Amino acid sequence: MDWSYDPAPESREIANLKPSYQLFVDGRFTDGGSEPTKSVDPATEEVLAEVGTASESDVDTAVQAARRAYDRVWSRMPGAERAKYLFRIARIVQQRARELAVLESLDNGKPIRESRDVDVPAAAAQLFHHAGWADKLGYAGHGPDPRPLGVAGAVIGWNFPLLTAAAKIGPALACGNTVVLKPAETTPLTALVLAEICQQAQLPPGVVNVLPGGGGVGAALVAHPGVDKVAFTGCTEVGKQIQRTLAGTGRRLTLELGGKGANIAFDDAPIDQAVEGIVNGAFVNQGRARCDRLLVQESIADELLDRLRARAAALRVGDPLDRNTDVGAINSRDRLERITQLADAGDAEGAQRWTSPCPLPQRGFFFAPTVFTDVSPAMRIAREEIFGPVLAVLTFRTPEEAVAKANNTPYGLSAGIWTEKGSRSLWVAQRLRAGVVWANTYNRFDPTAPFGGYQESGLGREGGREGLAAYLAVDDDGGRR
Amino acid sequence: MSTQTPALPASLADATRDDASLRCFLRGLPGVDAVGLEATAATLATRSVKQESKRKAIDTAIRMVDLTTLEGADTPSRVRSLAAKARHPDPERPGVPAVAAVCVYPDMVAPAVAALSGSSIGVASVATAFPSGRSSRDVKLAEVALAVTAGASEVDMVIDRGAFLAGRYGEVYEEITLVKQACRGSHLKVILETGELAGYDDVRRASWLALLAGANFIKTSTGKLSPAATLPVTHVMLQVVRDWQQRTGVQCGVKPAGGIRTTKDAIRYLVAVHEVAGPEWLTPLRFRFGASGLLNDLLMQRRVQLEGHYSGADYVSQD
Repeated sequence: MDWSYDPAPESREIANLKPSYQLFVDGRFTDGGSEPTKSVDPATEEVLAEVGTASESDVDTAVQAARRAYDRVWSRMPGAERAKYLFRIARIVQQRARELAVLESLDNGKPIRESRDVDVPAAAAQLFHHAGWADKLGYAGHGPDPRPLGVAGAVIGWNFPLLTAAAKIGPALACGNTVVLKPAETTPLTALVLAEICQQAQLPPGVVNVLPGGGGVGAALVAHPGVDKVAFTGCTEVGKQIQRTLAGTGRRLTLELGGKGANIAFDDAPIDQAVEGIVNGAFVNQGRARCDRLLVQESIADELLDRLRARAAALRVGDPLDRNTDVGAINSRDRLERITQLADAGDAEGAQRWTSPCPLPQRGFFFAPTVFTDVSPAMRIAREEIFGPVLAVLTFRTPEEAVAKANNTPYGLSAGIWTEKGSRSLWVAQRLRAGVVWANTYNRFDPTAPFGGYQESGLGREGGREGLAAYLAVDDDGGRR
Repeated sequence: MSTQTPALPASLADATRDDASLRCFLRGLPGVDAVGLEATAATLATRSVKQESKRKAIDTAIRMVDLTTLEGADTPSRVRSLAAKARHPDPERPGVPAVAAVCVYPDMVAPAVAALSGSSIGVASVATAFPSGRSSRDVKLAEVALAVTAGASEVDMVIDRGAFLAGRYGEVYEEITLVKQACRGSHLKVILETGELAGYDDVRRASWLALLAGANFIKTSTGKLSPAATLPVTHVMLQVVRDWQQRTGVQCGVKPAGGIRTTKDAIRYLVAVHEVAGPEWLTPLRFRFGASGLLNDLLMQRRVQLEGHYSGADYVSQD
């Protein structure tokens, strides 16, 4: 029977979209000193709102405000009091969850199902988790009375805008630091609503400041001498620049950078769930989960790939606000061009391309789920971060070969293992150089689990007890104190 | 509907050669990861089916209902009233399709057949010492013969869960094949009673076992036990019939039974059928609901869709 789902879009109205957004500095929304930019809906290429951007003097003002708030209020406040603010912010995030979810989908292009069921609840969970730590830092394993660092400068990416903002603000505030946050140029809106929520929660002025803008604003913030700690989420290239900027200054740094994650499917994998997990890792969030390699044992390769293509072909690509959409829009034109270019390189280097026959919308930045087989480790699609719904499939024969191929990348953010055999999971996990290794699942985030990368995927950990170290004056990751 | 069992491909024929091969085959099936399965089932259950697609889903679900009464208190007159409902579920609205079948105990088959003569609605009979399956093989086969002789076009048998759980797969296989023969061409649905099996791996094994032995349909439950049908269990069974078709070219069906009471539930099952097995399974030939209360909710929701308001339970016949 031919049965298609009618469109079931969430209403745009829920997002409470405003015609223009401003900087949030010292507890107030103000115009920025630079030319405002326009934030674009990647699904329609329409302008969503005008967003003020920061100038260098705005950066200075914000850092000074954060410093004042740190010296006079926040660092002196007992942990239990800081916790109250964080709990309040977390609750308001939950109360305004639908608004935040729709806004995130509009600004970023990810499907509403994902922003509603993953991003926003996970952001609230980050805030709740860290709120709980604020009065218990003496029990975190970092000494009896660990001290905060001061002003934290956070520069974040566009793949999980609200979630990353919460994952920086949560631990920073819980540990007694104040924050200047720069959201990504293409996805500033939910961070600015989070600022509004801070205001609504009556957070003291200057504790959280949000400065929209491009790379220049990020660079100015990172280089500002008043910033004691930098937390960056983004590409490896910029991460390296930041590391150069901070070298020798004694200022603390954590980096959460690119990845070239691999799912490893053994012949005893729970095959239907493995297919589902690989599809989720590679195509959901339009491939921004950074798992674009599949290593499959040769003995099940054909069977698994047949199922994988059948499942991927059933994914619904389209309007991010439609509740039945599985794969939304690519975040920007630049990004789409890069994905297209890398996929073309796959063709040119001799890999076999399969593209989902799903219909694509006429307008907007969309890319159909794509699987490359006959990929060799030397090809660009096997080495470079694609950041789109493109999966490169390699095969292996032995567990040793799987580990060697999975580790053969300058990155090391995450990996997945699919096998029903527990001892094999553990054997492989011990040998993988990846910050997170998932077994029979992929892309599960929990604020209690530290997240971070090896090598060019970054340094330091976020989340959990370990993640607190990045915001405390303790000496376990190369800090000065 | 063809109830012929074509010869199995060599690889599967080998699996049924003897007890040891069968055991080896069933134990060698890929495992099911419970966490992943349940997460997928929950995600697909969030599909939002509205407007025209909802109207279409409701009519499809009505066509898939096996209208069931399996009570000690059943009488021929009750069966006749159920048969009337099966023919015209909503007599005031002639456009409503008929259901797929009426499902009764063996001694109620004769009145059901008489009441449904001239229609294309099937008469399904439970058999083989339903619901427990605890009797001798002779008694079970005699019961199947009773139902078939009385005119049942479909037989819903239960597997011997005791033998299955004890690992005596050969015994279960043999019993199903004997029941299949006793069906003499009637359609065979095999009830796995998944609530008594040890997890999803067992559901997959029992599903394959039933299909290897000649089942036309695999059915989740008797409805006499909780948990009855669940979405994740139905996902596993849909995966098996999909894989079975790839291996043999034959399309078999799935019937969740028990606990499906609302239109919302039914639509979630249809979404699972659509996205796990594929659109070809969206037909009463390959998917059924074993239910009694579901039909009335479908009828009420159908009226809401067409008339724009809810009319309440007193406006559909209770039976």
